[in-house]
Amino acid sequence: MAEIGTLADAVGELVGDGDVVALEGFTHLIPTAAGQEIIRQGRRDLTLVRMTPDIVYDQLIGAGCARKLVFSWGGNPGVGSLHRFRDAVQNSWPVPLEIEEHSHAGMANRYVAGASGLPFAVLRGYVGTDLPSVTATIKPITCPFTGEQLTAVPALNPDVAIIHAQRADRQGNVQLWGLLGVQKEAVLAARRSLVTVEEVVDELTPVPGAIVLPSWAVTKVAEVPGGAHPSYAQGYSERDNAYYAEWDPISRDREAFAQWLAGIKEAA
Amino acid sequence: MTDWTSDEMMAIAAARALSGRQRVFVGIGLPSTAANLARRTHAPDLVLVYESGTLGSKPDRLPASIGDGVLAETADAVISVPEVFNYWLQPGRIDVGFLGAAQLDRFGNINTTTIGDDYHHPKVRLPGAGGAPEIAASCREVYVVVRQSSRSFVEKVDFITSFGHGTGRGDRERLGLRGAGPTLVITDLGVFRPDPETAELVLTDVHEGVELDAVRAATGWDLKVVATLGRTPPPTAEELTALRALKEASK
Repeated sequence: MAEIGTLADAVGELVGDGDVVALEGFTHLIPTAAGQEIIRQGRRDLTLVRMTPDIVYDQLIGAGCARKLVFSWGGNPGVGSLHRFRDAVQNSWPVPLEIEEHSHAGMANRYVAGASGLPFAVLRGYVGTDLPSVTATIKPITCPFTGEQLTAVPALNPDVAIIHAQRADRQGNVQLWGLLGVQKEAVLAARRSLVTVEEVVDELTPVPGAIVLPSWAVTKVAEVPGGAHPSYAQGYSERDNAYYAEWDPISRDREAFAQWLAGIKEAA
Repeated sequence: MTDWTSDEMMAIAAARALSGRQRVFVGIGLPSTAANLARRTHAPDLVLVYESGTLGSKPDRLPASIGDGVLAETADAVISVPEVFNYWLQPGRIDVGFLGAAQLDRFGNINTTTIGDDYHHPKVRLPGAGGAPEIAASCREVYVVVRQSSRSFVEKVDFITSFGHGTGRGDRERLGLRGAGPTLVITDLGVFRPDPETAELVLTDVHEGVELDAVRAATGWDLKVVATLGRTPPPTAEELTALRALKEASK
Protein backbone atom coordinates (compact mmCIF):
# COMPACT_ATOMS: atom_id res chain seq x y z
CA MET A 1 0.00 0.00 0.00
CA ALA A 2 1.28 3.44 -0.92
CA GLU A 3 1.78 5.67 2.07
CA ILE A 4 0.37 9.19 1.78
CA GLY A 5 2.55 11.88 3.33
CA THR A 6 4.42 15.10 2.75
CA LEU A 7 6.77 15.74 -0.15
CA ALA A 8 9.70 16.55 2.13
CA ASP A 9 9.30 13.32 4.11
CA ALA A 10 8.86 11.23 0.96
CA VAL A 11 11.97 12.63 -0.74
CA GLY A 12 13.92 12.32 2.51
CA GLU A 13 13.01 8.66 2.91
CA LEU A 14 13.18 7.55 -0.74
CA VAL A 15 16.07 9.46 -2.33
CA GLY A 16 19.59 8.88 -1.05
CA ASP A 17 22.97 10.19 -2.18
CA GLY A 18 24.31 8.16 -5.09
CA ASP A 19 20.89 6.78 -6.10
CA VAL A 20 19.70 6.27 -9.65
CA VAL A 21 16.66 8.54 -9.88
CA ALA A 22 14.19 8.93 -12.75
CA LEU A 23 11.83 11.90 -12.65
CA GLU A 24 9.69 11.25 -15.71
CA GLY A 25 7.13 13.30 -17.58
CA PHE A 26 7.03 13.87 -21.33
CA THR A 27 6.42 17.65 -21.36
CA HIS A 28 3.20 17.00 -19.40
CA LEU A 29 2.98 16.20 -15.66
CA ILE A 30 6.66 16.91 -15.00
CA PRO A 31 7.42 16.39 -11.28
CA THR A 32 9.20 19.73 -10.85
CA ALA A 33 8.30 20.29 -7.19
CA ALA A 34 9.80 16.92 -6.24
CA GLY A 35 12.99 17.74 -8.18
CA GLN A 36 13.33 21.04 -6.36
CA GLU A 37 12.82 19.23 -3.03
CA ILE A 38 15.79 17.00 -3.96
CA ILE A 39 17.82 20.18 -4.49
CA ARG A 40 16.62 21.58 -1.16
CA GLN A 41 17.68 18.42 0.66
CA GLY A 42 21.12 18.66 -0.92
CA ARG A 43 21.31 15.17 -2.48
CA ARG A 44 24.62 14.46 -4.24
CA ASP A 45 26.12 12.04 -6.78
CA LEU A 46 22.77 11.10 -8.26
CA THR A 47 22.49 9.32 -11.57
CA LEU A 48 19.58 11.15 -13.14
CA VAL A 49 17.56 9.31 -15.76
CA ARG A 50 15.04 10.88 -18.09
CA MET A 51 14.06 10.74 -21.75
CA THR A 52 13.62 14.50 -21.99
CA PRO A 53 15.62 16.34 -19.33
CA ASP A 54 14.35 19.91 -19.32
CA ILE A 55 14.25 22.76 -16.81
CA VAL A 56 14.04 20.73 -13.58
CA TYR A 57 17.03 18.63 -14.67
CA ASP A 58 18.92 21.81 -15.61
CA GLN A 59 18.22 22.96 -12.05
CA LEU A 60 19.33 19.67 -10.46
CA ILE A 61 22.51 19.62 -12.57
CA GLY A 62 23.30 23.27 -11.87
CA ALA A 63 22.80 22.65 -8.15
CA GLY A 64 25.45 19.91 -8.30
CA CYS A 65 23.10 17.05 -7.38
CA ALA A 66 24.08 14.81 -10.29
CA ARG A 67 27.22 13.00 -11.37
CA LYS A 68 25.65 11.27 -14.37
CA LEU A 69 22.77 11.81 -16.77
CA VAL A 70 21.08 9.05 -18.79
CA PHE A 71 18.90 10.65 -21.45
CA SER A 72 17.77 10.97 -25.05
CA TRP A 73 16.94 14.66 -25.57
CA GLY A 74 18.01 17.54 -23.33
CA GLY A 75 16.64 20.98 -24.04
CA ASN A 76 14.32 23.78 -23.04
CA PRO A 77 11.35 22.90 -25.27
CA GLY A 78 10.35 25.71 -27.59
CA VAL A 79 13.14 27.95 -26.22
CA GLY A 80 16.57 26.43 -26.81
CA SER A 81 19.37 24.87 -24.80
CA LEU A 82 19.78 23.92 -21.17
CA HIS A 83 22.75 26.05 -20.23
CA ARG A 84 23.42 24.49 -16.81
CA PHE A 85 23.55 21.11 -18.59
CA ARG A 86 25.85 22.54 -21.25
CA ASP A 87 28.08 24.16 -18.64
CA ALA A 88 28.38 20.82 -16.83
CA VAL A 89 29.19 18.87 -20.02
CA GLN A 90 31.48 21.46 -21.61
CA ASN A 91 33.17 22.90 -18.47
CA SER A 92 32.48 20.37 -15.65
CA TRP A 93 30.69 23.11 -13.69
CA PRO A 94 29.76 22.89 -10.85
CA VAL A 95 30.83 19.23 -10.99
CA PRO A 96 31.68 16.93 -13.91
CA LEU A 97 28.67 15.30 -15.51
CA GLU A 98 29.03 11.92 -17.15
CA ILE A 99 26.48 11.27 -19.87
CA GLU A 100 24.91 8.13 -21.25
CA GLU A 101 23.09 9.05 -24.38
CA HIS A 102 20.31 7.17 -26.17
CA SER A 103 17.41 7.74 -28.54
CA HIS A 104 13.80 8.02 -27.39
CA ALA A 105 12.99 4.58 -28.78
CA GLY A 106 15.94 3.12 -26.90
CA MET A 107 15.08 4.80 -23.60
CA ALA A 108 11.41 3.85 -23.87
CA ASN A 109 12.36 0.24 -24.49
CA ARG A 110 14.84 0.28 -21.61
CA TYR A 111 12.00 1.26 -19.26
CA VAL A 112 9.71 -1.38 -20.78
CA ALA A 113 12.35 -4.05 -20.15
CA GLY A 114 12.81 -2.78 -16.60
CA ALA A 115 9.07 -2.85 -15.96
CA SER A 116 8.83 -6.32 -17.50
CA GLY A 117 11.52 -7.93 -15.35
CA LEU A 118 13.76 -8.52 -18.37
CA PRO A 119 17.49 -7.79 -18.55
CA PHE A 120 17.32 -6.05 -21.91
CA ALA A 121 15.07 -4.92 -24.74
CA VAL A 122 15.34 -5.46 -28.49
CA LEU A 123 14.58 -2.88 -31.13
CA ARG A 124 15.37 -1.75 -34.64
CA GLY A 125 17.38 1.21 -33.57
CA TYR A 126 20.58 3.25 -33.75
CA VAL A 127 21.68 1.56 -36.97
CA GLY A 128 24.22 3.62 -38.90
CA THR A 129 24.42 6.32 -36.22
CA ASP A 130 27.45 7.25 -34.11
CA LEU A 131 25.55 6.62 -30.87
CA PRO A 132 26.79 3.01 -30.38
CA SER A 133 30.38 4.27 -30.62
CA VAL A 134 29.93 6.61 -27.63
CA THR A 135 27.34 4.73 -25.56
CA ALA A 136 28.35 1.35 -24.13
CA THR A 137 24.73 0.37 -23.44
CA ILE A 138 23.88 -0.09 -27.13
CA LYS A 139 24.86 -3.48 -28.57
CA PRO A 140 24.03 -5.52 -31.67
CA ILE A 141 22.12 -8.76 -31.17
CA THR A 142 21.18 -11.52 -33.57
CA CYS A 143 17.61 -12.81 -33.65
CA PRO A 144 17.79 -16.53 -32.71
CA PHE A 145 14.87 -17.31 -35.04
CA THR A 146 15.57 -15.33 -38.21
CA GLY A 147 19.26 -14.47 -37.90
CA GLU A 148 18.43 -10.82 -38.35
CA GLN A 149 20.75 -8.27 -36.77
CA LEU A 150 18.93 -6.06 -34.26
CA THR A 151 19.89 -3.78 -31.37
CA ALA A 152 19.80 -4.56 -27.65
CA VAL A 153 19.67 -2.04 -24.81
CA PRO A 154 19.79 -2.96 -21.11
CA ALA A 155 16.83 -2.58 -18.78
CA LEU A 156 16.53 0.56 -16.71
CA ASN A 157 15.74 -0.18 -13.07
CA PRO A 158 16.07 3.09 -11.18
CA ASP A 159 16.35 3.07 -7.39
CA VAL A 160 13.56 5.62 -7.38
CA ALA A 161 11.02 6.78 -9.97
CA ILE A 162 9.19 10.03 -9.35
CA ILE A 163 6.18 11.15 -11.37
CA HIS A 164 3.35 13.67 -11.04
CA ALA A 165 -0.29 12.63 -11.56
CA GLN A 166 -3.67 14.32 -11.47
CA ARG A 167 -4.99 12.54 -8.40
CA ALA A 168 -4.95 9.70 -5.92
CA ASP A 169 -7.58 8.27 -3.63
CA ARG A 170 -7.11 7.89 0.12
CA GLN A 171 -5.85 4.34 -0.34
CA GLY A 172 -3.04 5.65 -2.54
CA ASN A 173 -4.34 4.43 -5.90
CA VAL A 174 -3.06 6.88 -8.52
CA GLN A 175 -4.94 8.11 -11.60
CA LEU A 176 -3.41 10.01 -14.50
CA TRP A 177 -4.52 10.95 -17.99
CA GLY A 178 -3.56 12.95 -21.08
CA LEU A 179 -0.06 12.42 -22.44
CA LEU A 180 1.30 9.57 -20.33
CA GLY A 181 4.86 9.41 -21.65
CA VAL A 182 6.77 6.57 -19.96
CA GLN A 183 5.54 7.27 -16.43
CA LYS A 184 3.84 3.91 -15.90
CA GLU A 185 6.89 2.04 -17.18
CA ALA A 186 9.24 4.15 -15.03
CA VAL A 187 7.25 3.45 -11.85
CA LEU A 188 7.04 -0.28 -12.56
CA ALA A 189 10.74 -0.47 -13.45
CA ALA A 190 11.88 1.25 -10.25
CA ARG A 191 12.62 -0.28 -6.85
CA ARG A 192 10.80 2.56 -5.06
CA SER A 193 8.41 5.20 -6.33
CA LEU A 194 6.94 8.54 -5.37
CA VAL A 195 3.90 10.06 -7.03
CA THR A 196 3.03 13.69 -6.37
CA VAL A 197 -0.62 14.48 -7.15
CA GLU A 198 -2.73 17.55 -7.71
CA GLU A 199 -5.24 16.31 -5.16
CA VAL A 200 -6.21 13.38 -2.98
CA VAL A 201 -9.89 12.52 -3.44
CA ASP A 202 -12.42 10.12 -1.90
CA GLU A 203 -13.14 8.33 -5.15
CA LEU A 204 -11.36 8.05 -8.53
CA THR A 205 -14.20 8.64 -10.99
CA PRO A 206 -13.57 7.43 -14.55
CA VAL A 207 -11.85 9.81 -16.99
CA PRO A 208 -11.45 9.00 -20.73
CA GLY A 209 -7.98 7.63 -21.46
CA ALA A 210 -6.96 7.52 -17.81
CA ILE A 211 -4.77 4.82 -16.34
CA VAL A 212 -4.60 3.74 -12.71
CA LEU A 213 -1.47 2.67 -10.86
CA PRO A 214 -2.71 0.52 -8.01
CA SER A 215 -1.70 1.55 -4.52
CA TRP A 216 0.35 -1.62 -4.04
CA ALA A 217 2.56 -0.74 -7.03
CA VAL A 218 3.49 2.68 -5.62
CA THR A 219 5.67 3.40 -2.56
CA LYS A 220 4.61 6.90 -1.58
CA VAL A 221 2.08 9.54 -2.58
CA ALA A 222 2.31 13.24 -1.70
CA GLU A 223 -0.32 15.87 -2.39
CA VAL A 224 1.44 18.75 -4.18
CA PRO A 225 -1.02 20.99 -6.05
CA GLY A 226 0.77 22.69 -8.93
CA GLY A 227 3.68 20.27 -8.49
CA ALA A 228 4.14 20.02 -12.25
CA HIS A 229 4.55 23.76 -12.79
CA PRO A 230 5.83 25.13 -15.23
CA SER A 231 4.60 22.10 -17.22
CA TYR A 232 0.90 21.40 -17.03
CA ALA A 233 -1.53 18.93 -15.57
CA GLN A 234 -4.36 18.29 -18.00
CA GLY A 235 -7.66 19.16 -16.35
CA TYR A 236 -5.92 21.22 -13.66
CA SER A 237 -3.45 23.71 -15.09
CA GLU A 238 -2.02 25.19 -18.28
CA ARG A 239 1.61 25.19 -19.36
CA ASP A 240 3.39 28.34 -18.16
CA ASN A 241 5.15 29.14 -21.43
CA ALA A 242 6.56 32.39 -20.03
CA TYR A 243 8.50 30.49 -17.33
CA TYR A 244 10.32 28.44 -19.98
CA ALA A 245 11.40 31.66 -21.71
CA GLU A 246 12.32 33.31 -18.39
CA TRP A 247 14.47 30.32 -17.45
CA ASP A 248 16.82 30.97 -20.38
CA PRO A 249 18.66 34.04 -19.00
CA ILE A 250 18.86 32.45 -15.52
CA SER A 251 20.27 29.25 -16.96
CA ARG A 252 22.82 31.11 -19.11
CA ASP A 253 24.45 32.92 -16.19
CA ARG A 254 26.14 31.22 -13.21
CA GLU A 255 25.43 34.16 -10.91
CA ALA A 256 21.80 34.48 -11.91
CA PHE A 257 21.48 30.75 -11.34
CA ALA A 258 23.14 31.01 -7.91
CA GLN A 259 20.56 33.62 -6.92
CA TRP A 260 17.75 31.42 -8.14
CA LEU A 261 19.21 28.50 -6.20
CA ALA A 262 19.41 30.52 -2.99
CA GLY A 263 15.74 31.40 -3.41
CA ILE A 264 14.76 27.75 -3.85
CA LYS A 265 16.68 26.67 -0.77
CA GLU A 266 14.94 29.32 1.35
CA ALA A 267 11.45 28.46 0.12
CA ALA A 268 10.57 25.50 2.29
CA MET B 1 12.32 42.84 -51.71
CA THR B 2 9.53 40.35 -51.36
CA ASP B 3 6.55 40.66 -49.08
CA TRP B 4 7.41 37.39 -47.37
CA THR B 5 10.42 36.21 -45.38
CA SER B 6 12.76 33.39 -46.33
CA ASP B 7 11.51 31.46 -43.28
CA GLU B 8 7.95 31.80 -44.56
CA MET B 9 9.01 30.59 -48.00
CA MET B 10 10.72 27.60 -46.38
CA ALA B 11 7.65 26.66 -44.30
CA ILE B 12 5.39 27.00 -47.34
CA ALA B 13 7.68 24.99 -49.61
CA ALA B 14 7.85 22.28 -46.95
CA ALA B 15 4.07 22.28 -46.49
CA ARG B 16 3.59 21.82 -50.24
CA ALA B 17 5.64 18.61 -50.08
CA LEU B 18 2.91 16.93 -48.01
CA SER B 19 -0.33 15.73 -49.49
CA GLY B 20 -3.41 13.59 -49.18
CA ARG B 21 -3.76 11.26 -46.24
CA GLN B 22 -0.06 10.81 -45.63
CA ARG B 23 0.84 9.76 -42.13
CA VAL B 24 3.52 12.18 -40.98
CA PHE B 25 5.75 11.83 -37.94
CA VAL B 26 6.27 15.45 -37.02
CA GLY B 27 9.24 16.96 -35.20
CA ILE B 28 8.68 20.17 -33.26
CA GLY B 29 9.73 23.52 -34.70
CA LEU B 30 10.02 23.98 -38.46
CA PRO B 31 8.55 20.56 -39.35
CA SER B 32 5.54 21.14 -37.11
CA THR B 33 4.93 24.56 -38.63
CA ALA B 34 5.03 23.13 -42.14
CA ALA B 35 2.87 20.10 -41.37
CA ASN B 36 0.22 22.20 -39.68
CA LEU B 37 0.25 24.69 -42.53
CA ALA B 38 -0.29 21.85 -45.02
CA ARG B 39 -3.24 20.59 -42.98
CA ARG B 40 -4.75 24.08 -42.92
CA THR B 41 -4.36 24.62 -46.65
CA HIS B 42 -4.21 21.92 -49.33
CA ALA B 43 -3.98 18.75 -47.23
CA PRO B 44 -6.70 18.73 -44.55
CA ASP B 45 -6.61 14.93 -44.24
CA LEU B 46 -2.93 14.64 -43.24
CA VAL B 47 -2.44 12.44 -40.21
CA LEU B 48 -0.04 14.14 -37.80
CA VAL B 49 1.80 11.89 -35.36
CA TYR B 50 3.82 13.41 -32.52
CA GLU B 51 6.34 11.45 -30.47
CA SER B 52 4.72 12.54 -27.22
CA GLY B 53 2.03 9.98 -28.02
CA THR B 54 -0.63 11.52 -30.23
CA LEU B 55 -2.04 10.00 -33.41
CA GLY B 56 -4.00 12.33 -35.69
CA SER B 57 -3.54 15.63 -33.86
CA LYS B 58 -5.52 18.54 -35.31
CA PRO B 59 -4.24 21.61 -33.48
CA ASP B 60 -5.70 25.01 -34.41
CA ARG B 61 -2.47 26.75 -33.39
CA LEU B 62 1.18 25.76 -33.48
CA PRO B 63 2.04 23.62 -30.46
CA ALA B 64 4.53 25.29 -28.12
CA SER B 65 6.16 21.97 -27.35
CA ILE B 66 6.02 18.36 -28.43
CA GLY B 67 3.66 17.72 -25.52
CA ASP B 68 1.41 20.73 -25.85
CA GLY B 69 -2.04 19.88 -24.48
CA VAL B 70 -3.65 20.89 -27.77
CA LEU B 71 -1.99 17.89 -29.46
CA ALA B 72 -3.60 15.44 -27.03
CA GLU B 73 -6.99 17.15 -26.88
CA THR B 74 -7.41 17.12 -30.68
CA ALA B 75 -5.93 13.64 -31.36
CA ASP B 76 -7.73 10.55 -32.63
CA ALA B 77 -5.81 8.56 -30.04
CA VAL B 78 -3.43 9.30 -27.19
CA ILE B 79 -0.92 6.54 -26.50
CA SER B 80 2.17 5.96 -24.43
CA VAL B 81 5.65 6.78 -25.71
CA PRO B 82 6.79 3.13 -25.93
CA GLU B 83 3.69 2.43 -28.03
CA VAL B 84 4.42 5.30 -30.44
CA PHE B 85 7.85 3.96 -31.21
CA ASN B 86 7.20 0.22 -31.03
CA TYR B 87 3.74 -0.21 -32.57
CA TRP B 88 3.45 2.75 -34.91
CA LEU B 89 6.90 3.83 -36.04
CA GLN B 90 9.03 0.66 -35.97
CA PRO B 91 6.82 -1.59 -38.18
CA GLY B 92 6.69 1.04 -40.96
CA ARG B 93 3.21 2.48 -40.50
CA ILE B 94 4.38 6.08 -41.06
CA ASP B 95 4.81 7.52 -44.56
CA VAL B 96 6.92 10.58 -43.91
CA GLY B 97 9.32 11.44 -41.12
CA PHE B 98 9.58 15.19 -40.99
CA LEU B 99 12.79 16.26 -39.26
CA GLY B 100 14.89 19.32 -38.51
CA ALA B 101 18.69 19.37 -38.15
CA ALA B 102 21.44 21.41 -36.56
CA GLN B 103 23.91 20.06 -39.13
CA LEU B 104 23.13 18.21 -42.33
CA ASP B 105 25.73 16.79 -44.67
CA ARG B 106 26.18 16.09 -48.36
CA PHE B 107 24.57 12.66 -47.96
CA GLY B 108 21.69 13.76 -45.78
CA ASN B 109 23.11 12.53 -42.48
CA ILE B 110 21.78 14.56 -39.54
CA ASN B 111 23.59 15.83 -36.46
CA THR B 112 21.73 17.10 -33.39
CA THR B 113 24.24 15.83 -30.82
CA THR B 114 27.56 17.69 -30.63
CA ILE B 115 29.54 20.22 -32.66
CA GLY B 116 33.30 19.66 -32.70
CA ASP B 117 35.66 16.73 -33.26
CA ASP B 118 35.56 15.33 -29.73
CA TYR B 119 32.26 13.99 -28.42
CA HIS B 120 33.55 14.08 -24.87
CA HIS B 121 34.74 17.69 -25.12
CA PRO B 122 32.30 19.28 -27.55
CA LYS B 123 32.49 22.83 -28.78
CA VAL B 124 28.73 22.93 -28.52
CA ARG B 125 26.53 20.40 -26.78
CA LEU B 126 23.23 20.12 -28.70
CA PRO B 127 20.01 18.56 -27.30
CA GLY B 128 20.64 15.06 -28.66
CA ALA B 129 18.76 12.46 -30.62
CA GLY B 130 15.19 12.46 -29.35
CA GLY B 131 13.13 10.28 -31.64
CA ALA B 132 15.04 11.14 -34.81
CA PRO B 133 17.36 8.10 -35.30
CA GLU B 134 14.45 5.69 -35.52
CA ILE B 135 12.22 8.14 -37.40
CA ALA B 136 14.98 8.46 -40.00
CA ALA B 137 15.34 4.67 -40.12
CA SER B 138 11.74 3.48 -40.18
CA CYS B 139 9.55 6.00 -42.00
CA ARG B 140 9.02 5.24 -45.70
CA GLU B 141 10.82 8.45 -46.48
CA VAL B 142 12.26 11.41 -44.65
CA TYR B 143 11.89 15.10 -45.39
CA VAL B 144 14.32 17.47 -43.71
CA VAL B 145 13.61 21.13 -43.20
CA VAL B 146 16.54 23.26 -42.11
CA ARG B 147 17.82 26.84 -42.32
CA GLN B 148 20.80 26.71 -44.62
CA SER B 149 24.26 28.17 -44.00
CA SER B 150 27.80 26.98 -44.63
CA ARG B 151 27.82 26.03 -40.90
CA SER B 152 24.65 23.92 -41.02
CA PHE B 153 25.19 22.48 -44.52
CA VAL B 154 28.50 20.65 -44.19
CA GLU B 155 30.60 18.18 -46.15
CA LYS B 156 30.45 15.71 -43.26
CA VAL B 157 28.53 16.01 -39.99
CA ASP B 158 30.58 15.98 -36.77
CA PHE B 159 28.32 13.27 -35.35
CA ILE B 160 25.75 11.06 -37.10
CA THR B 161 22.70 11.29 -34.86
CA SER B 162 20.33 10.13 -37.58
CA PHE B 163 21.48 8.16 -40.60
CA GLY B 164 20.73 9.57 -44.02
CA HIS B 165 22.58 7.99 -46.94
CA GLY B 166 25.86 7.39 -45.11
CA THR B 167 28.67 7.73 -47.61
CA GLY B 168 26.50 7.18 -50.65
CA ARG B 169 23.98 5.04 -52.47
CA GLY B 170 23.66 1.49 -51.16
CA ASP B 171 24.66 2.18 -47.55
CA ARG B 172 21.09 2.02 -46.26
CA GLU B 173 20.44 -1.32 -47.96
CA ARG B 174 23.71 -2.72 -46.59
CA LEU B 175 22.66 -1.74 -43.07
CA GLY B 176 19.21 -3.25 -43.50
CA LEU B 177 17.36 0.02 -43.08
CA ARG B 178 13.85 -0.31 -44.41
CA GLY B 179 12.90 3.27 -45.20
CA ALA B 180 14.21 5.24 -48.17
CA GLY B 181 15.84 7.85 -45.94
CA PRO B 182 15.97 11.55 -46.82
CA THR B 183 14.32 12.04 -50.21
CA LEU B 184 13.76 15.78 -49.88
CA VAL B 185 15.56 18.62 -48.11
CA ILE B 186 13.92 22.02 -47.95
CA THR B 187 15.80 25.09 -46.79
CA ASP B 188 15.19 28.81 -46.74
CA LEU B 189 17.04 29.01 -50.08
CA GLY B 190 15.91 26.04 -52.12
CA VAL B 191 15.12 22.36 -52.45
CA PHE B 192 17.58 19.44 -52.58
CA ARG B 193 17.11 15.81 -53.53
CA PRO B 194 19.52 12.87 -53.43
CA ASP B 195 21.10 12.06 -56.78
CA PRO B 196 19.60 8.78 -58.06
CA GLU B 197 23.07 7.32 -58.66
CA THR B 198 25.18 8.62 -55.77
CA ALA B 199 22.62 9.77 -53.16
CA GLU B 200 24.52 13.05 -52.85
CA LEU B 201 22.17 15.96 -52.21
CA VAL B 202 21.86 18.10 -55.31
CA LEU B 203 20.03 21.38 -55.75
CA THR B 204 16.84 20.84 -57.73
CA ASP B 205 14.98 24.11 -57.09
CA VAL B 206 15.75 27.58 -55.83
CA HIS B 207 13.10 29.66 -54.13
CA GLU B 208 11.72 32.74 -55.79
CA GLY B 209 14.12 35.66 -55.41
CA VAL B 210 17.15 33.50 -54.49
CA GLU B 211 20.32 33.55 -56.63
CA LEU B 212 22.26 30.37 -57.28
CA ASP B 213 25.45 31.98 -55.94
CA ALA B 214 23.77 32.53 -52.59
CA VAL B 215 22.93 28.82 -52.39
CA ARG B 216 26.51 27.88 -53.26
CA ALA B 217 27.86 30.26 -50.61
CA ALA B 218 25.61 28.66 -48.00
CA THR B 219 26.69 25.11 -48.88
CA GLY B 220 29.76 23.60 -47.25
CA TRP B 221 30.60 21.29 -50.14
CA ASP B 222 31.08 21.57 -53.87
CA LEU B 223 27.40 21.81 -54.72
CA LYS B 224 26.00 20.01 -57.73
CA VAL B 225 22.96 21.45 -59.48
CA VAL B 226 20.52 19.53 -61.70
CA ALA B 227 20.59 20.30 -65.42
CA THR B 228 17.20 21.98 -65.39
CA LEU B 229 17.00 23.96 -62.20
CA GLY B 230 13.46 24.55 -61.00
CA ARG B 231 12.16 27.63 -59.26
CA THR B 232 9.82 27.35 -56.27
CA PRO B 233 6.64 29.28 -57.04
CA PRO B 234 6.29 32.21 -54.64
CA PRO B 235 3.89 31.90 -51.68
CA THR B 236 0.26 32.48 -52.56
CA ALA B 237 -1.81 34.96 -50.61
CA GLU B 238 -3.78 32.06 -49.17
CA GLU B 239 -0.65 30.29 -47.95
CA LEU B 240 0.77 33.41 -46.35
CA THR B 241 -2.52 34.22 -44.65
CA ALA B 242 -2.85 30.70 -43.26
CA LEU B 243 0.77 30.62 -42.04
CA ARG B 244 0.54 34.00 -40.36
CA ALA B 245 -2.78 33.08 -38.75
CA LEU B 246 -1.23 29.89 -37.31
CA LYS B 247 1.72 31.86 -35.93
CA GLU B 248 -0.55 34.56 -34.55
CA ALA B 249 -2.77 32.00 -32.82
CA SER B 250 0.28 30.56 -31.06
CA LYS B 251 1.29 33.83 -29.40
